[in-house]
Amino acid sequence: MSSAARATTGELPTILIKPSSGWTALQLKKLWEYRELMYFLVWRDVKVRYKQTVLGATWAILQPLMTMVVFTIFFGGLANVGSDGLPYPLFSFAGLLPWNFFAHGLSQSSASLVGSSGLISKVYFPRLVIPISSVLAGVVDFAIAFLVLLGMMAFYGVWPSAAVLWLPLLLLLAFGASLGVGMWLSALNVQYRDIRYVVPFSVQLWLFVTPVIYPGSKVVAKLADLGLPAWIYGLNPMAGVVEGFRWALLGTSSLTGSVLLASTAVTAILLVSGAFYFRRMERTFADVV
Amino acid sequence: MRRPPVLRVKAVRGLTEDCAVGDLAIRLEGISKRYRIGRAQESYDTMRDALAGAVSRSLRRAGRMLRRRGPSSDSPSDTIWALSDVSFDVQRGEVVGIIGGNGAGKSTLLKILSRITEPTAGIAEIHGLVGSLLEVGAGFHGELTGRENIYLNGAILGMRNVEIERKFDEIVAFSDVERFIDTPVKHYSSGMYVRLAFAVAAHLEPDILVVDEVLAVGDAAFQKKCLGKMGNVAKEGRTVLFVSHNMTAILNLCDRGVLLERGRVAAEGDIAEVVAGYLSVPAEQHYGFADLSAHSGRASGMLPLARAIGLRTSSEDGPYRAIVKTGDDLVFEIHYDCGDKAIDLVQLGICSFGGRRVFTVGTHHAPGFARVLRGKGTIECRLANVPLAAGEYSVAVMLSRQAPRQELDYVENALRFRVEFQDFFGTGQGPLPHQGDFAQRSEWRVPSEALLSV
Repeated sequence: MSSAARATTGELPTILIKPSSGWTALQLKKLWEYRELMYFLVWRDVKVRYKQTVLGATWAILQPLMTMVVFTIFFGGLANVGSDGLPYPLFSFAGLLPWNFFAHGLSQSSASLVGSSGLISKVYFPRLVIPISSVLAGVVDFAIAFLVLLGMMAFYGVWPSAAVLWLPLLLLLAFGASLGVGMWLSALNVQYRDIRYVVPFSVQLWLFVTPVIYPGSKVVAKLADLGLPAWIYGLNPMAGVVEGFRWALLGTSSLTGSVLLASTAVTAILLVSGAFYFRRMERTFADVV
Repeated sequence: MRRPPVLRVKAVRGLTEDCAVGDLAIRLEGISKRYRIGRAQESYDTMRDALAGAVSRSLRRAGRMLRRRGPSSDSPSDTIWALSDVSFDVQRGEVVGIIGGNGAGKSTLLKILSRITEPTAGIAEIHGLVGSLLEVGAGFHGELTGRENIYLNGAILGMRNVEIERKFDEIVAFSDVERFIDTPVKHYSSGMYVRLAFAVAAHLEPDILVVDEVLAVGDAAFQKKCLGKMGNVAKEGRTVLFVSHNMTAILNLCDRGVLLERGRVAAEGDIAEVVAGYLSVPAEQHYGFADLSAHSGRASGMLPLARAIGLRTSSEDGPYRAIVKTGDDLVFEIHYDCGDKAIDLVQLGICSFGGRRVFTVGTHHAPGFARVLRGKGTIECRLANVPLAAGEYSVAVMLSRQAPRQELDYVENALRFRVEFQDFFGTGQGPLPHQGDFAQRSEWRVPSEALLSV
């Protein structure tokens, strides 16, 4: 819609509306046409979150910071899970950053369609815009907390190597994982409303499966003990992301290439399958939501 | 077999006057929409039920196969066809009013044209960009200011950022909320909210504008403004599809009309004709005679003293009539059975379709009439040369005693009749249904030239 589809003046787009069935095309080009809408939805989410709050943007810093403190005391200190030779606070904070982005994006996007039921039933736009904007909104929080991470790195005297150039790709991987699962869940949530009860505790469990609190090297070592290949651990897409993050920023050597590859593959599968499932169910959203 | 994609957007060459295809804005062919209701819809709300349901469904299917019954399909009670086989064309620049009762399928049709929901069957061909106004303030967020919501709502409706910036001042001026433009919208009154929301939507510039009853909100002044704006849009040559219950607005704005009844196209054509068809009651309900002994329109606590009422167009014995013409004599015949009560005041109220009382006549208006009615009998009321405009009317009957004043019987909607226009004025023209209740004679002249030249 909008003047985007008009190439030159005088040309009118023709649209055929008819019933569709089965799998439909992703229409990524149309998503690009609606990028301004995505921007505004992200802008709205961010603005609304920070309006009328005393803490405002500092909340984006406080939450991972406080979590890191608790983890340091109980997992780093008491349980002594190890931290790949890094100071535990830095170790856990570096893991928490991409994790929070993923978890937040996941819980927001899974509820996004139902939350925008008013829009969905009254306005036309490609519905994929909604979960995508939900996940994108987390980038702002991530960016703010990232500055704190840089401060912490300076404090501990840890400087990144050239591997830091991989960081944007890793962030993209986290985005892809969050969006892939988010698309599946948001589409399912429209039809089956009990999905939203499943999400919070699943995310909690997922945190423990991901090497945020403990180093992934221990898991890989255990797998080797059992005679299993390391990439099994990479089936959790966030395992690759978090280990990769630590490797790119802090120089830990615990990242195994196979784990990262497996994570990337799983993310790609989640993204593509999620997008196609979403598009297939999209035609029923306005009627069911 | 490769399935065709749902949407194919391709540029259509030219809008030159000689191009016939370019004249068609919308073509609907066989559009139908089915909804599942009741049991089929409420089940499977949770995955647990869905899984259980899948198991029971396959068991049932197996059972059916064993019993050699046909394949299962939704039973009639599980589905409802909101639209059935709707087909019509809309030419470029036409303003089409879509009318019908509640549940006729108007909103569903607009949703399909706006691509919010898919048709179950049929094809719609749309030439041009569609801007839909199905709800005022879609996407508005209470925490954001008016200014921020203008940008947000504009983006949601499909306007580009540059377009919104260009029209920003116009939008604010149209909405009259300039002073509060930087206050969060949750502090707005409902009127301000609606004005701002409509102001944004009114500045959409689509080729085809689709509007769904958004004029129901807002005060009279605002509604007038909206209608004016929509009128301008129509004058600019854009195609407009307008759904409303406000017949006056429909008649003022639209050229053509489509009447939907229970999902089907019941009438299509000139807007005045379609509106008249919508407002009129089916002919079978007119008999010209009504039995009042157990009438549902009788007010509570009233005695059934009025037994029947009939309408004729002359005093002599003629048939009872349900349809009369403007200017006819109306003779109402009321049959009563007062028992031991004494009635000395009989009144008749003529009401228009909306329930508005057009006029009331009574025995106390007639000079010299001083009869007291007792027992059984008939009383006649003759109205000479009644210039009622075309439309549906109903009659209310009241029987009472004057001293002490006591209402004994009151029946609303006792009788319905339709007035059809006849060439009352001799010019072939007359007032339309929405233009008032009377066909009033008028004389027109232009004052002398000397005055005009001043």
